[in-house]
Amino acid sequence: MDHSVLSAPLTAKDFASDEEVRWCPGCGDYAILKSMQKALVKIGARPETTVFVSGIGCASRFPYYMNTYGFHTIHGRAPAIATGAKLANPDLDIWVITGDGDGLSIGGNHLLHVLRRNIDLQVLLFNNEIYGLTKGQSSPTSRLGTRSPSTPNGSIESPVSPLIFALGSGANFVARAVDVSQVSLQVTLERAHAYKGAAFVEIFQNCIVYNDGVFNDFTERNLSSDRQIHVQHGQPLIYGKNKDIGLKLDHKTLCLESVKLGRGESKESDLIIHDERNRMLAVMLASMRPPDLPMALGVILCDPVDSISKAAPSNRRDSWTDDLNKLMRAGHTWTVGT
Amino acid sequence: MSRSSLISVECNENAQQRKQVSSAVVRFAGDSGDGMQLTGGQFTLSTATQQNNLLTFPDFPAEIRAPIGTTFGVSSFQINFGSREIRTAGDRLDCLVAMNPAALKVEIGKLKPGGVLIVDTGAFSERNYKRAGYKNNPLEGDSLNQFTVINLDISAATIAALKGHNLSKKESLRCKNLWALGLTYYLYGRDRDPTVKWLRQKFSGRNDLAAANIAVLHAGYKVADSSEFPTQFTTFQVGPADEMAAGVYRAVTGSDALAWGLSAGSHLADLKMIFASYPITPASPLLHSLASMEVDDIVTFQAEDEIAAICAAIGASYAGSLGVTSSSGPGISLKTEGLGLAVSAELPLIVVNSQRSGPSTGMPTKTEQSDLFQALFGRSSDSPVVVLAPFSPGDCFTIAIEAIRIAISYMTPVIILTDTFIANASEPWLIPDVNKLDPIEVKFCSTTEGFHPYRRGTERLDRPWVKPGTPGLEHRIGGLERDYDSGKISYEPDNHHKMTVTRYNKVKCVRDYIGPQTVTRGPQSGKVAVVGWGSTYGPISRAVDNLLQRGMDVSHIHLRNLWPLPKNLKQLLANYETVLVIEANLGQLLFLIKGYCLIDAKGFNKVSGQPFMISEVEEAIIDVYRF
Ligand code: SF4
Repeated sequence: MDHSVLSAPLTAKDFASDEEVRWCPGCGDYAILKSMQKALVKIGARPETTVFVSGIGCASRFPYYMNTYGFHTIHGRAPAIATGAKLANPDLDIWVITGDGDGLSIGGNHLLHVLRRNIDLQVLLFNNEIYGLTKGQSSPTSRLGTRSPSTPNGSIESPVSPLIFALGSGANFVARAVDVSQVSLQVTLERAHAYKGAAFVEIFQNCIVYNDGVFNDFTERNLSSDRQIHVQHGQPLIYGKNKDIGLKLDHKTLCLESVKLGRGESKESDLIIHDERNRMLAVMLASMRPPDLPMALGVILCDPVDSISKAAPSNRRDSWTDDLNKLMRAGHTWTVGT
Repeated sequence: MSRSSLISVECNENAQQRKQVSSAVVRFAGDSGDGMQLTGGQFTLSTATQQNNLLTFPDFPAEIRAPIGTTFGVSSFQINFGSREIRTAGDRLDCLVAMNPAALKVEIGKLKPGGVLIVDTGAFSERNYKRAGYKNNPLEGDSLNQFTVINLDISAATIAALKGHNLSKKESLRCKNLWALGLTYYLYGRDRDPTVKWLRQKFSGRNDLAAANIAVLHAGYKVADSSEFPTQFTTFQVGPADEMAAGVYRAVTGSDALAWGLSAGSHLADLKMIFASYPITPASPLLHSLASMEVDDIVTFQAEDEIAAICAAIGASYAGSLGVTSSSGPGISLKTEGLGLAVSAELPLIVVNSQRSGPSTGMPTKTEQSDLFQALFGRSSDSPVVVLAPFSPGDCFTIAIEAIRIAISYMTPVIILTDTFIANASEPWLIPDVNKLDPIEVKFCSTTEGFHPYRRGTERLDRPWVKPGTPGLEHRIGGLERDYDSGKISYEPDNHHKMTVTRYNKVKCVRDYIGPQTVTRGPQSGKVAVVGWGSTYGPISRAVDNLLQRGMDVSHIHLRNLWPLPKNLKQLLANYETVLVIEANLGQLLFLIKGYCLIDAKGFNKVSGQPFMISEVEEAIIDVYRF
């Protein structure tokens, strides 16, 4: 094997597999795939140590399109399979790809536990608020009133918030991005990768076939700046076309409120400074919903703590045969004959 | 009946002549909180160090501390030991220790006429015997006349023995099991030293408790060994076993042997083992044993559920380690989907099923063999796996290594079907030297030339095992069907047929590894062949031996390989006029033998949660023999 070739700088193309992409034309997954390939180049990832593990659903076809190691597993179980792989080989760089149905319905339990165990891997949840691959049924993130073949009169179940779920599960890295916002998505992926522990990223992904435009209320070009806030650690929470809206804590209600900045109005110093290590703030930011408050995007929580796989030693004990022999002979033994 | 006075205690070890017996069955029974498992465990330890052959049978309720004095809360421990080879926990009891009326009620039916019954009269208050369902005090009527009853107020004797020990009455009474143990030690000429040592170790740091327990053990022993003890009670002598091969032995349970076998196997393969499981009775001791090993290359992972446990094991094998998961029937049901993935992804995987009585929650602490169909067929589609069954606690060690060898060389999941009896029972075990076992060859693929993930070996049809991290071999696998020639996703009709047949044939190839089925005992052809698998080995082999001695034409064929079945099985069974399949289910192996060997076999089945008795096996054989 020619090592000079192996260590040559890679391009996004090097991370694209020769498998024909089978998503619907116009699906948000394409944009995420592109961003991922670029992010891996930026990170300096190696194809041979990178592993994509997925469950079942449109999103879970992702590994086939990456020229890395990939395991397309069973519905909802990718976090458990990835956990086993990471315990086996902590040197692997593992990305779990899941969707709202895969990760929060059938696999909700596994997602909870991979996050609370803080296994060192990245979980990307492509949220399109619908079941795509099974033809459009409502999902656990579908909003009230969502009409679908399984809810013809509109869904009557409250949706789960992926980020609040992740925070409640004890995730220490929680971020959010939009499929087509290439730059911020890429940066978010890089940040998730840099985090040592379980990094959870919700990606709003448009399903052009079964739920087209479901995020338009904050992704439409003319609305996005007023309805999205890209949070930055250490920076005041400011957004808006003219950067003249900020987020402030109402001390009486302990709620966030959106305030206008300017003369005679609020000052920048009244605003909350984003602190990635503040879990309470993360919960508040993750709970915001347009139109009253903007959709929070970027790294909402990043609280470095020890991850299991970081803590686990992986050195082999040479004397294991002797140890096992000793172990089996510990306690009461007796000798027959000579 | 007589009652000995407990006032004066003198030692007169040689006063009584001990009766020589070749084996004896003793059962300790009491409340769940009475420490009967510990008592039995100590009796086992002492018996093992006296070089007897032995087999034990812990029989306890699923409830951790059932209400005191109830029949459903009775916890028992049975041991069969002797100078001859012991293969079962014993049919009928020679000695029963009943610590309360409920224990007497539940267990007395197992005691042989003339057998020794030791009861704690202190526990036979009106309230207690009524709670156990007796109208009158069972010790007072003549219902126990056919037994040799040793009526002792063990509770009072324990308290008396602990005078000056500064323990409360409640604390003192907690030691009464050791008084009973001391007494049985005397009756059977057991050595107290191993238990004394064990107590010192257990209560290290609490010298007062160690001293109290030891004092009570000695007190029970000395009462029997005193002139006060009625002389009509026979004491017994059971000599050391004479049929055992030379070497170093220990008593081992199936759970421990399995844990050590899995560790040895992964070491022989030079692989890290990831053992992932979820707590379930009776499989959890395996997790505990492995977790206590504290070796970096054995990682135990208590998963969030059964599904996650098998999935983590699959992930581990995918990443180039040995993935192992373990459960019992109901938990295995949940692992079914994961097993399907392992079949499709063709990864090595070990799945241990410690079978228990079912369906559903059933009787969690009782044994059964009813998950054979589940192991063979309990998945969607045609998804064959290898199924092995150990025949004894010690065999768990060997079978674990075999399972690992097969899983790796054929890139297939292997199910080890053990059961509650084997998991909990213990027997003397010739401890192997791991250094002398054959290494297990693991060939991780490293060549890029002509590589695709489903390119098969010609001999075993195994696909290459690639360790992620290997440059140039990046590939994707999963549950979707693959093209035979390129390894890419394929929905081609003919290809799917070919792949299904190939997966089936790959598992069938394992027949070459396991070799031909042999006749376990008895002639190679003849009148009756008794076929069994798993923990029925003991009772069947003993029954067949007994009948062979009586001149009957009967053979025992014991299967350790349940899928694939040995190549010659049909031919072998055809050599007998009658084939009788004995198993603790309603005829699952029988169904296989009828279906795959086209032999009109007969079945003898029992699903009571209890192991087979030798006598009932003998009767079943005699029944078919007559025709
Ligand atoms: S169904 Fe929706 S989510 Fe699935 S590939 Fe098509 S557009 Fe994408």
